[in-house]
Amino acid sequence: MGSTITEKILAKHSGRKKVVPGDLVNAEIDVIMCHDVTTTPAIDMLEERSIDKVCDPKKIVVMPDHFIPNKDIKSAEMVAKIRRWVKKHNIENFYDLGRHGVCHALLPEQGHVTPGKTIICGDSHTSTHGALGAFSTGVGSTDLAAAIATGELWFKVPETILFNLTGKLPFGVYSKDIILYIINRIGVDGALYKSMEFKGSVIDELTIESRMTICNMAIEAGGKAGLINPDQKTIDYVKSRTNDEFELFSSDEDAKYEKVYDIDVSKLEPIVAFPSLPSNGKKVSKITENITVDQAYLGSCTNGRIEDLRVAAQILKGKKIASETRMIVVPATTEIWKQANKEGLLDIFMDAGATVSTPTCGACLGGHMGILAAGEKCISSTNRNFIGRMGSPKSEVYLGSPATVAASAIEGKITDPRKYLLVT
Amino acid sequence: MIGKAHTYKRDHINTDEIIPARYLNMDQEKDLALHAMEDIDKDFLNNVSEGDFIVAGEDFGCGSSREHAVWSLRGAGIRAVIADSFARIFYRNCLNNGFLAIESKGVADKISTKDEVEIDLKNGLLKNHTKNEEYEFIPLPDFAKKMLDAGGLLNYIIKNK
Repeated sequence: MGSTITEKILAKHSGRKKVVPGDLVNAEIDVIMCHDVTTTPAIDMLEERSIDKVCDPKKIVVMPDHFIPNKDIKSAEMVAKIRRWVKKHNIENFYDLGRHGVCHALLPEQGHVTPGKTIICGDSHTSTHGALGAFSTGVGSTDLAAAIATGELWFKVPETILFNLTGKLPFGVYSKDIILYIINRIGVDGALYKSMEFKGSVIDELTIESRMTICNMAIEAGGKAGLINPDQKTIDYVKSRTNDEFELFSSDEDAKYEKVYDIDVSKLEPIVAFPSLPSNGKKVSKITENITVDQAYLGSCTNGRIEDLRVAAQILKGKKIASETRMIVVPATTEIWKQANKEGLLDIFMDAGATVSTPTCGACLGGHMGILAAGEKCISSTNRNFIGRMGSPKSEVYLGSPATVAASAIEGKITDPRKYLLVT
Repeated sequence: MIGKAHTYKRDHINTDEIIPARYLNMDQEKDLALHAMEDIDKDFLNNVSEGDFIVAGEDFGCGSSREHAVWSLRGAGIRAVIADSFARIFYRNCLNNGFLAIESKGVADKISTKDEVEIDLKNGLLKNHTKNEEYEFIPLPDFAKKMLDAGGLLNYIIKNK
């Protein structure tokens, strides 16, 4: 019996030849990513217990992102504490304001993700990095503190669900639509405690960035991780970002899966997830009601990368967003911001009447930089539409692809993006 | 351990509902407690007494990894969450804090708000004193028991160093 990529990486990192689902392992952690919100309590926990050492400063990558630029005094104190901690422990990988970005976009961009690594962060969307063939999972502050101190963490080896995606992705349908479709099909706890593995000709065709969008939202189906077996695209991407050596792990042909979904994407449409669960996806052609939007939000660790901005700019070029709608564009990292500026995308957004912000998690989680009032609706390229997620508990968030967000901004209501993509 | 139940007959109560992100610039239990559940249950704080339990349906604690969710509930006096099932990170966060998360199928339909419930860890039983019923729960793994006894993951690690 073969093993899945998840089992192979966990076996390697716990010094075992083979592990099977259910095994409790203590795995070595290669990358410990730290952002502002969950790291500050972890630092306190360690200091309260007089644990004054970090396992290895080189393993730790620190990037405040949730409430930056500091949204208030309390947030400022949090980041100030992190700065002191980084200095004290000689942590070199520190991305402060000016080099900043949303952690899950920044980590791979800056070459910290290589295939076969184990990665943790005090953030549920850490599943993103499985797109490069790593085992990457979100944890809380206590786990984060334990990993910082010991360089290890306990895991129950999860079962794996395989999603085999075949067919041809239709025009105007993106990886965001694929993952919204999958979450709709299996539910927000459809992969609870499980590792989700994505493969097939559709995945092969996707860019690395599009793959990240899919793995990013594995947690929205309850998944522990979302992984894609590395291929030449992975190797090329990683080698363009780092000189570090890495080992490739892939699932065996005869690996044991808890379940296999064969999905033909040929008839897929743009999907919009209605409030208040990411699983409330509807095909855009089936939306008969007029859903006016007060805000269109393009950004986040799910869809704030350069290819997302390019698609939105293609739709918005020479157009104006609706007079009753405001649009906020948040490039996910400083590098993406600069690249978008170089390509003229930021001008396109601002000429259309949108505003462009500095990278931040910001309004995606209702922090700052675009909070919704009671009764307001937002079409968003982000990952969650829970009650109160982007502001007032009486506001509503609809999730869609960057193309859907851009088209909806133009019309001031939730709109099928395909008609705007046809016009050249 | 005996407490009064606060039942939410709902699945997928997520961490944004337990403690909204706008309060994540704080991390002390007493501060977070003031806002626990406020977006879905305005009366929560008024109704909770020290030692009470939350009872809910499937997938309790889904969403964000914020441990603040556990801290806000504990700060409000909650001593355990009893649910049909838990989201993974929330469950981990509970154990890592030495906070009880008890899994028992169908519990949201069986235990009503204000029921007096006893958690019998030794025998793996929930005893509903109000309704005079007993329900089994999925026993905690040995490793989790040791962590609970130690008062959480970090204390467990220090103890076993």
